Amino acid sequence: MLFNSTPSPHIKQSITVQDMMVKVLYALIPGTLASIYFFGWGVLFNLIIAISVCIGTEAIILKLRQREVTDTLLDGSALLTACLLALALPSLAPWWITVIASISAIAVAKHLYGGLGFNPFNPAMVGYIVVMISFPLEMTLWSAPMGVTNGGTIGWPDFITTFNWVFLGVLPYGETIDSISMATPIDLIKTQLNQFHDIIETRNDPEFSALFSGISGTGWQWVNISFLAGGIWLVKKDVADWRIPTAFLISLVIISNLFSVMDYSSNSSALFHAFSGGTMLCAFFIATDPVTACTTPKGRWIYGACIAALVYIIRSWGGYPDGIAFAVVLMNIAAPLIDYYTQPKVYGDPNR
Amino acid sequence: MTQTKAFNVEGQLSKLDGGLKLTAFKQLSTHTAISSMEQCKQYIIPLQQHIGVISQPLVKNGERVLKGQMLAKPGDLLSAAVHAPISGIVTDIKQHTIPHASGLSDLCVFIENDFKDEWVVRHPIGDKYNQTSSSNMRKIIRDSGIVGLGGAAFPSSVKQTEMNIKTLILNGVECEPYITCDDVLMREYAKEVLSGADIIGHIIKARQCLIAIEDNKPEAINAIQAAIDSDGTDFFRIEVIPTKYPSGGEKQLIQIITGKEVPKGRYPAELGVLCHNVATAYAVHRAVHQAEPLISRIVTITGHGVEQPQNINVLIGTPMQDCIEHCGGYTDNSDELIMGGPMMGFSLNADDMPVIKATNCLLVTTKEESIFKSKHMPCIRCGKCVEACPVRLLPQQLYWYASSQNIDRLVEHNLFDCIECGCCAYVCPSDIPLVQYYRYAKTTIWQQERERSSSDISRERHEAHQLRLEKIKREREEKLRKKRELLKKKANDTANNKTETTNDSKQSVIAEAVARAQAKKSERNKNSESK
Repeated sequence: MLFNSTPSPHIKQSITVQDMMVKVLYALIPGTLASIYFFGWGVLFNLIIAISVCIGTEAIILKLRQREVTDTLLDGSALLTACLLALALPSLAPWWITVIASISAIAVAKHLYGGLGFNPFNPAMVGYIVVMISFPLEMTLWSAPMGVTNGGTIGWPDFITTFNWVFLGVLPYGETIDSISMATPIDLIKTQLNQFHDIIETRNDPEFSALFSGISGTGWQWVNISFLAGGIWLVKKDVADWRIPTAFLISLVIISNLFSVMDYSSNSSALFHAFSGGTMLCAFFIATDPVTACTTPKGRWIYGACIAALVYIIRSWGGYPDGIAFAVVLMNIAAPLIDYYTQPKVYGDPNR
Repeated sequence: MTQTKAFNVEGQLSKLDGGLKLTAFKQLSTHTAISSMEQCKQYIIPLQQHIGVISQPLVKNGERVLKGQMLAKPGDLLSAAVHAPISGIVTDIKQHTIPHASGLSDLCVFIENDFKDEWVVRHPIGDKYNQTSSSNMRKIIRDSGIVGLGGAAFPSSVKQTEMNIKTLILNGVECEPYITCDDVLMREYAKEVLSGADIIGHIIKARQCLIAIEDNKPEAINAIQAAIDSDGTDFFRIEVIPTKYPSGGEKQLIQIITGKEVPKGRYPAELGVLCHNVATAYAVHRAVHQAEPLISRIVTITGHGVEQPQNINVLIGTPMQDCIEHCGGYTDNSDELIMGGPMMGFSLNADDMPVIKATNCLLVTTKEESIFKSKHMPCIRCGKCVEACPVRLLPQQLYWYASSQNIDRLVEHNLFDCIECGCCAYVCPSDIPLVQYYRYAKTTIWQQERERSSSDISRERHEAHQLRLEKIKREREEKLRKKRELLKKKANDTANNKTETTNDSKQSVIAEAVARAQAKKSERNKNSESK
């Protein structure tokens, strides 16, 4: 009798790349819901635009590259990039910001380098950086979080106002964009410090105090807690590596605590940094992108810790509202080098 | 007792790096006792059943051989003898496909069974082994053709050095799913296994013998424990180790039991330990007490693609199809025939090959279980393989460098330390056949090294040839130069003569002509000389 022959091993664990991507998407749900709750319709619009443009771009490029379109789309990687990008972009970003960022992410950062698995830089972060550098003003357009009075209205603008602004660039009569948007706590503290108002002063200013409820700002605190919850689930499910988020958070807390202990009036507390801006989204969903992160166990500790250091530096002394995208992409560049120098010593190595 | 325990205190085991917890499927083949097969008409005995070179045949076509007669002697130190499993006539010595991962053919002895089961004259050494020297004992083991029966088929006598080995480790771990031949052997022949271990212990002068068994084999543990209790000495001890693949790999087992790692490129003897499979110990027992060479072994015939999975005592050389038939044949949905376990075994493309010394298991899978995919997803560097690797390699980096054929980086990342256990490929979410990539990379590098060394030889030859040619050329030029100088000198001499005789013009003309003729003549002579 004759048989087929196939290479060993002949049994396999059934988990696939698609399973992993889907789990990451599930883990994003709490944070996404929190973002929508606190920042309004704009987040939803970001998601819709980013998902359709990312998937569309991926399909067109796969076709151009003569690759399998449906199978590759089903791996979920383009969808995940779209979601991460949409959640990172400000909630009142005009539609073309999201479109440009999505195309840059998929076409440039992903497919110009060979598609999934071959991209050296995190696609979502490259997309974010492209629009951040090109359109810095639009990248500060966060709506006021739920519960914070902005001008006459409480919280984020209603559906019609948001829709008109995002898709048509039209605002209600007599309103300016400044009256429906609001700086994020990180950004606000920085601009105030530049005008010689220290942190305590800013936080107690009746104009801003509503923004600073809780430990790290109204809305932001809960968005971060939700991403943390999803992230912990992801690590427990063994989809995301635990070392990178652990190293990232420990490093961020240590560095920010060091500075805030030295001078708490001009440096925010460790808890503020840990639960503000995109910290938790970065820790569990962006820094842990396996393709662009370090892969050696030791390398992952270094990688996570260095991202945190860069985030802190850019947040504190850089010219941008948050430092995550730059920090991640800078460490993406360093990842192959770190991997090379952190090879584990193999079984029986005499130097072990 | 004052005898020192060479390593760990009982119960203190080290952890294996990486590894996998696999569904074992062991109960498929363990519910019946070891069965024996009816003898077949024809046996095919490959002369290459071990590492090392092929054995040299001692029999001729048409010759009658007796059961246990040596058919071929070892070709070199790492080679092993092979013996006739039955009495009968040698009908052919020719190329036949052998069960090997390469799928290639090799020389095999075909024996037609005469069903007389006539043994060669045997003189079992029996209990006298205690008074026999280690080197004589090693010779008996070597002449019995005993190789490691765990799968590597390394000649056992070569391993049994007396280099200060304190501990003999009997490997009854059997960590691969499905395989149960060592399990049932320990259950049914515990005394014989210990007797074999005692003999090996005598040869290597070991102080203790640890029998390592995974905790998923309680029956085997009980049987061995009962045999140890009735033995009464404290030479033996059971080490129950946690079930985890690949704990049964020699280096991995040594790591678990001793907490030390065998240094790269060295042998376990350096740590004072020697590892033998339990089936090898059993074969040693039979060789010493029954003077029976290695002509049979226990083979697990299992998998969901075979009707009645079980363990059989099979004569080496039995065609696999007969073994499967003995187990009720294939099921309708059978798919692949694998020799060895599902993790490291290789699939065979036909079942007309014989069972050899290294055949511990024949696994028949079903179509439903097939995991083969013609294409795989790209590597997303998730690092699941790093967590699974028992050698602490970086499989994802090796894959990257293997696909780009970056040999320097492959060597730097310790490709040659890969034991091909398959853990990385098992966990890979992208379905990349990683082990396949490493095997290919290894053979490519070996091939290149062979080519380089052969090209080095031809380059040296070429350079030597070039040197020789140059030397000849130099010598010839030297000769010519000397000749030219001589001629010049002569020409000068004649010119001097000429000036002396200018006034006597007629005479000078004659003299000139004579000189010219002489010069020409001498030149001709010299030319003919040099020719």
